[in-house]
Amino acid sequence: MNYKLDFVKHRKWFMLSSAVFLVAGLLSLMFQGLNLGVDFVSGTRVDVNIGQAYNLEVAKDYLEELGYNSPDARKAGTNDDILVFRTSQVLSPDEVGEIEKKFQAEYNKNVGVNEQKVDPVIGRELARNAIISVLLAALAIILYITIRFEYRFGVSAVIALLHDALFVIGMFSIFQWEVDLVFIAAILTIVGYSINDTIVIYDRIRENMNFNKPKTWDELKKTVNDSIGQVLVRSLSTSFTTVFAATALFIFGGESIRYFSLALLMGLAAGTYSSIFIASQIWITWKWRSMAKEKMKAQTAE
Amino acid sequence: MRVRKGKIVIFSLLVIAILATVLLTGKQVAQDITLGLDLQGGFEVLYEAQPQEKGQKITENTLKDTAQALSRRIDVLGVTEPQITVEGEDRIRVQLAGVKDQDKAREVLGKPAKLTFRTPDGKKVLMDGSDLKEGGAKQDYDQSGQPAVTVQFKSADKFKKLTQKYIGQPIPIYLDEQQLSAPVIQEAIPNGEAIISGNFTAEEAQELAELLNAGALPVDLKEIHSFAVDASLGKESLQQSVEAGLYGVLIIFIFVIGYYRLPGLVAVLTLISYTYLVLLAFSLLQVTLTLPGIAALILGVGMAVDANIIMYERIKEEMRYGKRISSALRAGSRRSFLTILDANITTIIAAAVLFYFGTSSVRGFAVSLITGIVVSFLTAVALSRIMLNLLVRSNLFRHPGWFGVKESEIGEL
Repeated sequence: MNYKLDFVKHRKWFMLSSAVFLVAGLLSLMFQGLNLGVDFVSGTRVDVNIGQAYNLEVAKDYLEELGYNSPDARKAGTNDDILVFRTSQVLSPDEVGEIEKKFQAEYNKNVGVNEQKVDPVIGRELARNAIISVLLAALAIILYITIRFEYRFGVSAVIALLHDALFVIGMFSIFQWEVDLVFIAAILTIVGYSINDTIVIYDRIRENMNFNKPKTWDELKKTVNDSIGQVLVRSLSTSFTTVFAATALFIFGGESIRYFSLALLMGLAAGTYSSIFIASQIWITWKWRSMAKEKMKAQTAE
Repeated sequence: MRVRKGKIVIFSLLVIAILATVLLTGKQVAQDITLGLDLQGGFEVLYEAQPQEKGQKITENTLKDTAQALSRRIDVLGVTEPQITVEGEDRIRVQLAGVKDQDKAREVLGKPAKLTFRTPDGKKVLMDGSDLKEGGAKQDYDQSGQPAVTVQFKSADKFKKLTQKYIGQPIPIYLDEQQLSAPVIQEAIPNGEAIISGNFTAEEAQELAELLNAGALPVDLKEIHSFAVDASLGKESLQQSVEAGLYGVLIIFIFVIGYYRLPGLVAVLTLISYTYLVLLAFSLLQVTLTLPGIAALILGVGMAVDANIIMYERIKEEMRYGKRISSALRAGSRRSFLTILDANITTIIAAAVLFYFGTSSVRGFAVSLITGIVVSFLTAVALSRIMLNLLVRSNLFRHPGWFGVKESEIGEL
């Protein structure tokens, strides 16, 4: 199929719009940071599974009766039948038991309670661990792509990958969505998906480069444009199917993985975008610069 | 071209074999999978080991001993398949899945079952669990033939001096804050042995002896992180994500069949095999399935679809260049192979790094992802090719429409 779309010509606009999002995200990260879940902030989170519709204000009153002043509580669950209560205090098992008893008495005996108690050090360690892992993974990826392709592909792919991860982290900061440990797993998935998506396009560029052996900017541009056009249907098909799965998780997957699926969805969108509009554009800019330099050398040699 | 019925028969047998295996054993395989805490409810604690006395060093060995002690203690609880892992330099993570009575589990793990010998008024501790010889507690019988527990002290001398001092007075023995017995000392005891009696049945005495042996931990444990999931909440999460997965997969099936026609149908069959094989791998490798694991599984479906799509797009392209279906299939699958391989290997590299450096949940996720990619490679590349080859070589499907290619798109060769 012949898609007469020019993916290269407007590369500055693509990069600029990505930069706008990334800068907005970074600014938000600097000024308001992330809404860290209980995994990263010392305290206790108690999920009370009430199992029926309830009034949030009334439930808060019950918590106040137990001595928690203006409790940080919200509704959760697909049927809004779960109460999520967060406190910066580290609750003892007895105190959690009191909450359970109170709600069992007020609602019914089947009320279940689920608690998490956290030393923030653990969460932070895991986050730091994850960041280091991603950076090491990036190095390993660059190495592999350098062996199989060339280093320019490797570095550009990693830039695209970091773009996707930063985009999602930035959005979570801007909208102040809660970040927990599972969020880290989501970012890791995005990294894996993004690299997969980019490699498929690079693979086609590599194939067409060997075939066309472009010499001028126009030829190089045509090769990249054709390559993206040739795998565009595949990129979109794959994104659609994966987005279907992630959307299903988001809608039906329940409270515990809602933010996970949201992060995945945004990451998939960013990953598809960056593999079509960013990754190859970085590569072609760089590649052309090297090609032009070599040409200059050849000319002066003559 | 003659229609080759043999190929169709083989194809049908393959399909029947796949569907029959999945339908007949699928349920069993799914049931054999170990579910994580978040899916079946349970209790997890992360302890930090702290020295009991100044100058005591926490080594790998003390941690191992502690982990074993905890494991013995959990046996007392009667929990099956507890997971105890030593993490880092001074941490022990205990996971008890499917614990019904969370309060009891908390208590047994949280309270160190500390045995104390106290002054007659019960206020001051004279000797405690740390004075016990490790593994020195035994179930026994006292003079009157009642079940009891004998304990041995590390230092017989210390106990001898103590008993000398309190002759004629009781030395109450406490387990945590509960008094078990208050034997009156008749004479100094020289052999470092004490008998604890207290209306036990033989089983209770046995349990206490085990608990004491476990209780004489070489380190203090400080609970730094805990996590409890209500069993019904866990079940709900499991149900919801499985349901979500089914909807997602169903839409994917409709999409690939609608868009890729015959190969799409093959893709659906390979996806069913993929899901089955991943679950089988989970149960054989005893991977614990957690919520992020399910997410990785569903995402793996997306990746498996991708491998199919890359191949089909390539085949369609070759057909549009005017190649015959059989040679388009050959060229398409050959050319797509390296693409799929490179894409999958880079993802595996990323997952492997995560596995190596990650902890607990990140690790579980990486394992699921790697399993998913390997299985998707097998099904989406090998199985898909075999099935497509059978169909194409049967010469039954010669119209390009079967492959989602319009005749008007086919150029001249």
